[in-house]
Amino acid sequence: MWIAYKTIVIKEVLRFSRIWVQTIFPPIITTSLYLLIFGGLMGERIGQMQGIDYLQYIIPGIILMTVITNSYANTVSSFFLAKFNHSIEEILVSPVPYWVILLGYISGGVVRGFIVGLCVFIAVSFFVEFTVDSIFITFMTFLLTAILFSLAGFINAIFAQSFDDISIVPTFILMPMTYLGGMFYSIDILPQFWQDVSKFNPIYYMVDSFRLGFLGVSTSDFWTSMSVLLLMIVVLTVASFYLLKKGVNIKT
Amino acid sequence: MKVALSIQGLKKTYTNQLEALKGINLQVEQGDFFALLGSNGAGKTTAIGIICGLLNKTAGDIQVLGLNQNTHGNEIKRLIGLMPQEFNFNPFEPIEEILINQAGYHGISRSASRVQAEVLLKRMQLWDKRFDMAKSLSGGMKRRLMLARALVHQPKILILDEPTAGVDVEIRRSMWAYFKELNREGMTIILTTHYLEEAESLCRNIAILNEGEVVEKTSMKKLLSKVAHQIIILESASVLPEHIKGNGFECERLDDYSLQVVLGADINITDVLQDLSKQGVSVDHVRSAQNRLETLFLRLTKKNKQEY
Repeated sequence: MWIAYKTIVIKEVLRFSRIWVQTIFPPIITTSLYLLIFGGLMGERIGQMQGIDYLQYIIPGIILMTVITNSYANTVSSFFLAKFNHSIEEILVSPVPYWVILLGYISGGVVRGFIVGLCVFIAVSFFVEFTVDSIFITFMTFLLTAILFSLAGFINAIFAQSFDDISIVPTFILMPMTYLGGMFYSIDILPQFWQDVSKFNPIYYMVDSFRLGFLGVSTSDFWTSMSVLLLMIVVLTVASFYLLKKGVNIKT
Repeated sequence: MKVALSIQGLKKTYTNQLEALKGINLQVEQGDFFALLGSNGAGKTTAIGIICGLLNKTAGDIQVLGLNQNTHGNEIKRLIGLMPQEFNFNPFEPIEEILINQAGYHGISRSASRVQAEVLLKRMQLWDKRFDMAKSLSGGMKRRLMLARALVHQPKILILDEPTAGVDVEIRRSMWAYFKELNREGMTIILTTHYLEEAESLCRNIAILNEGEVVEKTSMKKLLSKVAHQIIILESASVLPEHIKGNGFECERLDDYSLQVVLGADINITDVLQDLSKQGVSVDHVRSAQNRLETLFLRLTKKNKQEY
């Protein structure tokens, strides 16, 4: 089982590494543009947020957004393409338990999230000097976020019937939730009603915890954020495993 | 002889209510070269998909070398190698990686996989292309790649779903030779094909599926003996006489140079040629008008009516 798991992970890593121009390079360019426009040009006029320079303030959110989109994109595109070109059958005819298949694809998403997040982190360090306040909080938030969105991408891929279906969720759900999750601002500056609405957005907790790890400031309790993340991971893991085992859109 | 594959009451109804298999029963002995024939949509690929774990069954029981699929699904997957009908690899993966990954899914270490991949790729004459993307291969090469992939974990049973479709004659013949070699070495082979001469020359036993049901299940020899007659075409270099009468056989003048003869079970070709010679017919070429298995296949699948 370990060899099968390792095979899936290596296959996944080689897959996105081969197309690094599409997978690793664009987030670095996008991040640099964000920093240039929102941080460099507009940031000076905004001043500080929660007592921190705006340019520094938005960096954790930008890195986490990269982690979210890349973890999601990796599993959704890889698993959907495997369904589309039927190469998923290579695994299905092999004695690989369903949980190993799931774990392999999720690990692939997490690795891509980590590599791209790290590249963005390095790119960011050219623009602004900053330190990590808590490696534990930063890493835990990264890990759980990457797992959660890899799982979400996996479920999207199971249900997707066309290439349109794999872009609908990131475009119409994921991106708005990310932008409205406090990536560029503290929810403290919102009217009370929108502050309350923001608390129903799980990405708010992730961004807030990641910012806590990097900068030591947050608007929510860290353990509450971790609990929300863990609960969602459990729910999506059970759902993914059930769908895979039933063979929904794969073996029916 | 030990049973390699046993299928009892296998049913499959797709979500669109299409009843692809209506409770088929089959038994394939270990070491057999078994043909599973049927026209398009007969249920062959569905049956294979269920045996290999690609599709969920609706009902029925499958046993492979004594192991029940319901309780030993993964153990059964170790015993079977599938070469599917459609190309089902990632076209953007190098071909050596495809084999190494497949072996990895079966729990074979990367170093051992490399050795096995080298043996198979050399055997399939694909070694020089091992770093090429699968999409760059020709149709015949892609088929050979899928055969290599099916064999990479050294299965006991090889399932070939139309293995030589779209392959040129030379490669087809070499693949046949390889299949025979594998079978001689003890591998049980189950073959589906639309090339009936392929099944006739390779397989010892046969089952014919029609509309989700097994309509014939016997040995190839017995099945072919059911064909009471054989139609042959005789060609002459000189113009045939206007009136030719068969003595104990039916014959029909097709044109000035061709004659169709229906050979019954009680007459042989030598008698026919001697009789025709007496009537001034000089035969230069003899060819079969129709493959015997094809004749039977069409009869059993009720497709002998001409459809346009």
